[in-house]
Amino acid sequence: MSKNTTFKNLAPCVKGYIMPSVLTPILIIFEVLLEVFIPLLMAAIVDGGLYGEEDFMLKQFFSAELIANKPRFILTVGMIMVCAALFSLMFGVIAGRTAAIASMGFGSNLRKKLFYKVQDFSFANVDKYSTPSLVTRLTTDVSNVQNTYQMLIRGFVRSPIMMIFAAVMALKINVQLSLIFIFAIPVLGFALFVMISLGRKRFSVMLTKYDKLNASVQEDLVAVREVKTYVREDYEKEKFDAAAEDLKKAQFRAEKVFVWSNPIQLLVMWTCTIILLFMGGNRVIFQENLGTGELVSLLTYSTQIVNSLAMMSFIFAAWSRSRASFGRINEVLCETPDIVGGESDAKVENGSIEFKNVSFAYRNAERTLNDINLKINSGETVGIVAGTGEGKSTLVQLIPRFYDCTEGEVLVGGRNVKDYSLYELRESVSMVMQKNVLFSGSIYENLKWGDPDATNEEIERACKLSCAHDFIMSFPKGYETDLGQGGVNVSGGQKQRLCIARALLKNPKILILDDSTSAVDTATDAKIRKALREYLPGTTKIIISQRISSVYDCDKIVVMDKGEISAVGNHQELMRSSEIYREVCESQAKEG
Amino acid sequence: MRGPQGAIAAKMGDQKSKNPLKTFIRLLSYYKECRWQLIIALIFILIYSAGVLAASFLLKPLVEVLKQTGITPDEKYAKYIALLIAMAAIYALSFVANYTLNRLMLGCSVKILCKLRIEMFNHMQSLPLSYFDKHPHGELMSYYTNDIDAIREMLHRSITQLIISVVSFVGIIIFMLVLSPSLFLIVLVMGVAVYFIAKIIGIRSSKNYALQQKALSKVNGYIEEMMAGQNIVKAFNHEEQVREKFDEMNEDLQTAATRANIYTNVMGPIMNNLSHIFYAITTTVGVIAAMNGAVLIAFLQYIRQFAERISQISEQYNFILMALAGAERVFELIDEAPEVDDGTVTLVRAKYAADGSILETEENTEKWAWKNVTPLGVEYIPLKGDVRFFNVNFSYVPDKQVLNDISLYAKEGQKIAFVGSTGAGKTTITNLINRFYDVEEGVITYDGIDIKKIKKSDLRRSLGMVLQETHLFSGTVMDNIRYGRLDATDEECVAAAKIANADYFISHLPEGYNTQLIADGSNLSQGQRQLISIARAAVSDPPVLILDEATSSIDTRTEKLIEKGMDGLMEGRTVFVIAHRLSTVRNSNAIMVLEGGRIIERGDHEDLLRQKGKYYSLYTGMTELT
Repeated sequence: MSKNTTFKNLAPCVKGYIMPSVLTPILIIFEVLLEVFIPLLMAAIVDGGLYGEEDFMLKQFFSAELIANKPRFILTVGMIMVCAALFSLMFGVIAGRTAAIASMGFGSNLRKKLFYKVQDFSFANVDKYSTPSLVTRLTTDVSNVQNTYQMLIRGFVRSPIMMIFAAVMALKINVQLSLIFIFAIPVLGFALFVMISLGRKRFSVMLTKYDKLNASVQEDLVAVREVKTYVREDYEKEKFDAAAEDLKKAQFRAEKVFVWSNPIQLLVMWTCTIILLFMGGNRVIFQENLGTGELVSLLTYSTQIVNSLAMMSFIFAAWSRSRASFGRINEVLCETPDIVGGESDAKVENGSIEFKNVSFAYRNAERTLNDINLKINSGETVGIVAGTGEGKSTLVQLIPRFYDCTEGEVLVGGRNVKDYSLYELRESVSMVMQKNVLFSGSIYENLKWGDPDATNEEIERACKLSCAHDFIMSFPKGYETDLGQGGVNVSGGQKQRLCIARALLKNPKILILDDSTSAVDTATDAKIRKALREYLPGTTKIIISQRISSVYDCDKIVVMDKGEISAVGNHQELMRSSEIYREVCESQAKEG
Repeated sequence: MRGPQGAIAAKMGDQKSKNPLKTFIRLLSYYKECRWQLIIALIFILIYSAGVLAASFLLKPLVEVLKQTGITPDEKYAKYIALLIAMAAIYALSFVANYTLNRLMLGCSVKILCKLRIEMFNHMQSLPLSYFDKHPHGELMSYYTNDIDAIREMLHRSITQLIISVVSFVGIIIFMLVLSPSLFLIVLVMGVAVYFIAKIIGIRSSKNYALQQKALSKVNGYIEEMMAGQNIVKAFNHEEQVREKFDEMNEDLQTAATRANIYTNVMGPIMNNLSHIFYAITTTVGVIAAMNGAVLIAFLQYIRQFAERISQISEQYNFILMALAGAERVFELIDEAPEVDDGTVTLVRAKYAADGSILETEENTEKWAWKNVTPLGVEYIPLKGDVRFFNVNFSYVPDKQVLNDISLYAKEGQKIAFVGSTGAGKTTITNLINRFYDVEEGVITYDGIDIKKIKKSDLRRSLGMVLQETHLFSGTVMDNIRYGRLDATDEECVAAAKIANADYFISHLPEGYNTQLIADGSNLSQGQRQLISIARAAVSDPPVLILDEATSSIDTRTEKLIEKGMDGLMEGRTVFVIAHRLSTVRNSNAIMVLEGGRIIERGDHEDLLRQKGKYYSLYTGMTELT
């Protein structure tokens, strides 16, 4: 997370936008040069043309006879000024364009890089950050960094150039008086430093309160049914109001610090003006080694120097505020995906599965699986029964390597799963989960996830197997029905059946149904299982269920308890040997 | 939750600012909150603006003193120092004024932001459930984050700057008019030109800005969707396709963002240089028209000031634009029609008088009654929990009937079950009982009163609900149980947890009832969350209970363990049960089999088995399998 890696990770994102990134500062240099040139022209018009003074800015560039002819002189200088303004405008507009292209391109590259990176994350990687946090990093944080990038390529040339120019001019006029800036700079710098460091602490307090407030909104939105059912609107309001008041106080405390930024800038600028006028006036009146015009010019330069200093500090402050975003992005980029596919191009030969002394623990948690030994032959149908959260989902997630086991090994088709490429392994394993996800798009598009080349007939066949065909046809648009984000347009049971169809289309060697018919009624559930048995005889099927009815006819039933395998056998055997199994059965047997 | 997509798409299509000026004025009206602060701040703004102008014009006499001939250096010096002191004094005053006004304006803006947030949230609480079903959470969340952030930027930075600029503007214009009405014509031309350029750029930039927001929300939505469905992406080896689609959207965003950004970036240089051009033109015109030199010089000073203000405003332009777009959305939410609650029948604590009549009381008698105030007098009806449906029809979207001619009754203490495939309308029935949605045709009565006449909050207070998807709140386990009834004591909460059979696992949590739940109770298993929600319903102690797939996430063994608790919870209450598992509904007084929004079979378990219909086939399917 050091700065070095931040730079190393972010720098490649400039690729493709190097030209505009380089061009922007160059164009801005020209724009700034014209910008400082124009006031000189203004001074020339006023002093030389209107006041008719002996000595004025840029006098050396004009011929004596032109200066003598006032109207012509003013017209000429005016024309030069219009030209300068037009050029400055041109440079400014082009720089605005290139800056936009460069920074938005940079942001786009960065977002892409992050998205690709996150795609490679294993579940363990994702768990570490949590999904919402990753989304924020890809959106808000990228926007922050992108804006900062623009500020850097635009501002970090402008201010120093302006300052250098102004400083050179000031030094040319009077070295001693110019020394005042050497004092002004640290004063301003120190004030800003105090402000930023004080502000940063308070800002982070504010951000915590802000997160809290947002969390309270989020919670309220998610649980809106509960809130309404229990008539807790007022209670929620009170909670929110308190959080909002809290945030208000923290915000005031934090922003209060930055209220000083404008006045301090003015204070330094004006103090410089007064000191310059005081010391300069002294020189003009008594020592006579300084011209009045020169003194006035010095004032202009002092304003420019302080302004550009303030702008630099503004950029610095913004940069320091976006440092958090830089850090958060870099953290993601530095993360190493902890599941990487194997090197060999071995193919999954068959659907046999073997767990050898497998143990597993989620990050910093207790073991959820303990010394699991289990052999499943290719083509077998295996049921897994256990209480809630007792490791059965974890166990099957080790098969397509959603997680890697902490100890022991998992074999598929006789080979360690780590040997296969992730693509090959996952292509052979299909998994349907209880909380399954459909994506926005039509039913067709969603089913084609299973097989992009599937024909309509194949899709229909899969849907018939999963008992989804009938309800799909009942929709006015049939297979073209749009599912909306997260599949909101279908009910829970329908969603599960679509997910099974999608999994079937993959034509997998291993099919895992993780409580994936929980929202489907029992009759349909039975129909689906019957279809699977008849039409997919060669596929190894693992069925996790809370219903004994879903697993009782499996070739093998695994009973899990507290992360361990407590018994394995068929229904009859288990009824005799496993007390847990018997208990589960009895609890459901009453039903019939 | 049906069909919200169309609504969103329609909304996105016309996301550009409809009436920025109106929105702006409405936003400004919030300053009413702190009008005294604002007035004082305005005074300081006047002082500051006047001070800055005065100081810059003191420069002229200062220089003139230096150039003055015919007096001794000492006299000159004395005069010079006197002016300098005056200048320093003005600067000091302006400095104080600047700090004070910034501080005051900050106070205002922080207050306004807080008020906006509270107003938005409070109003959101009053919106009907259909609103939440139609708007994705992400979209609603963005009101509180993106939009409020944009408004914050504007209130913190732009408003003060804008007021200062406008005040100085007015001052400068007056000075210019006094100085030379004819030269002012040039300024007028300049003003018109600035206005039109700003308008042209403004229209384009706000159009592109809207496009950018649209592309951004698309990308955000896609990222969210893909992150949420990451297991599927991996399981189906779909990384490549996902990346391709992302690239496409990302490029769209880049194009739109670049365009929007270009327009805001060119605003500054154009405005700045335009003023330079006008400076040159004014000088030339002034000289050609042989104007008084002193007047012209003074006038040029004003033009410079004028131009500076314009470029200051144009710097704020982007912030203002974004803020107005945000404010518009915020106001849209605030203006959303709230849930109508025109019920007049209320729920009151009751006490039975000696003659059996009901009296209203403040005491906690644990008895309740409906209070119906009619022109004929006050009528008290004891709260029993008798719910009836009379020919109820309902649909979420116009021509898609969800419930068809539903009539049923649940007498006090009865247990009514709904069985049917997903989408048959089971949950809709419960949505109608608690008036999350209102019936289209027909009537639902509660203790003989049309529920439309009952105050919604009181109606819901008389109903308990345990839903399939349980949501918990941050806070302790105890807090979450107490959510059911805020004045419940710790003992009552523990007792409720015991009823739900949650006491055992709660006591085994690291800190028992004081265990802090995080992020919707993600440190608990789904089953445990469900148990807490059952305890929550138990503590609220309602006469009518709705269990919508309440035990579906609990394995049958645990379910068996809590069966007793559930029985205890259901005792003496009218219960509506929705379940897939027939075991949960077997001992109901009546079971309704729903299909396609109609009740196709009804009766108790034995009746339905005798009917040999749908229920029978479901049930026998079950027997055969077990």
